[in-house]
Amino acid sequence: MKKEDVPQDISALGKITTELCYATDKEGKYITEQSRGWDVKITALDVTWENVAARVAEASRKILNREASPLLFFMEKNVMDISILAGYTGFWKWQVKRHLTFAGFNKLSESKLLKYAEIFNVTVDELKNPEVHAC
Amino acid sequence: MLVNFKHQQAAHCESGVTRNLLQNIGIEKITEPLAFGIGAGLFFIYVPFLKINNGPAIAFRSFPGLIFKQTCRSLHIPVKRKKFSSRQTAQLFLDEQLAAGHAVGCQVGVYYLPYFPKEYRFHFNAHNLVVFGKEGDNYLVSDPIMDTVTSLSSYQLERVRFAKGALAPRGQLYYAEARQEITDLQMKEAIKAGIKKNVFNMLRIPFPVTGVKGIKFTGRKIKTWRDKLGPHKAGLYLAQLVRMQEEIGTGGGGFRYIYAAFLQEAYAYHPTDELLKVSAEFSKAGDLWRTAAVQAAGIYKQRLGSQEDFNVMGDYLLETAEIERKAFEALAKINWHS
Repeated sequence: MKKEDVPQDISALGKITTELCYATDKEGKYITEQSRGWDVKITALDVTWENVAARVAEASRKILNREASPLLFFMEKNVMDISILAGYTGFWKWQVKRHLTFAGFNKLSESKLLKYAEIFNVTVDELKNPEVHAC
Repeated sequence: MLVNFKHQQAAHCESGVTRNLLQNIGIEKITEPLAFGIGAGLFFIYVPFLKINNGPAIAFRSFPGLIFKQTCRSLHIPVKRKKFSSRQTAQLFLDEQLAAGHAVGCQVGVYYLPYFPKEYRFHFNAHNLVVFGKEGDNYLVSDPIMDTVTSLSSYQLERVRFAKGALAPRGQLYYAEARQEITDLQMKEAIKAGIKKNVFNMLRIPFPVTGVKGIKFTGRKIKTWRDKLGPHKAGLYLAQLVRMQEEIGTGGGGFRYIYAAFLQEAYAYHPTDELLKVSAEFSKAGDLWRTAAVQAAGIYKQRLGSQEDFNVMGDYLLETAEIERKAFEALAKINWHS
């Protein structure tokens, strides 16, 4: 990539810091150049977050239909998956899977609920009644 | 507690941390591209069946921690590296090292890093930064991605050091133990070793999903994504590929530009024209990766979406793989007479 081709499309990161890139000068020698972001990367991030939002919406739908427990909503909202959630809680993956079902969640003890609530940074009440909307 | 530390921004977190740590113990010769090349940082792997953030697990760089390890080993610099099961011990050990005057590299997860913009925070655990001091409850942090130094409270630092999920850092920290003089001869040897190691990693690992073979494998897979996953999910997969390739901490073009810069710097130590020629090939490979990224963007923006568009995308990878294969074959054949 030539120095003058280093893209300068302002990204979320570009507002805080510029990124360092390696690019070539006129003689073809590598130098460093600052970049404020690149359109291709910005849209890659955008579609990824749109997908997160879609997954959260899908989780809300499932919770209202009692197909899943409120944990699913918080898991998706925090961009986690079952293995990450298992890592943070210290539960086994099969336990997390069970807690993600409506019936499994209702059997959870107070201390286990507290554990989940702490990880998602909400109260136990909020954990049990997430603000999910039908959409 | 404050270690005298000079912060420098870098394109890639681990090679940046390696350079910053080594320069701080008086090894001025090391630059970011040299650290990346001696550490044999260039790689490619696509792990099928494994999902990260609900997308494909693709990496353009070697396993986290290897760049620092390999660079120090090649230069015969003694290294201390430690993981912890207890958070208290981890903090205590860090404090002790700072008091002893060591700036310390830490592996962290980015999801809870407060100074990163929200859009960039995923559960990604292979980020590296340097802690070089403590004021009250705040640790002074040199993150090579940022242009200035920042700080983290002890709680914030503990949280990122003990992030969970794939590649969980488990409080891992590392630093070079002793100040050392590095001769030009040692640099020459280290560069040679780094290139040889990288040739092995990209060409000789007998496994179809790594190195050049891995790129070809991915290229062929991409062509099937549209039918297998549907256009929407295939687009998301491609967005993940682009993020791994271009997002902060790659220097662009999936690290190929840093590697090209490394080969140019290697020429100063080993003046054989072959290195410059191969460097130009890696620039070409980097450009082609970026062209592929533009094509991918067309797909995930839903401007493109036919099977033909996916074929073009896959072919870009096959073409890049061929350039890189030839480039590494040329590196393998270099006659290191000096």
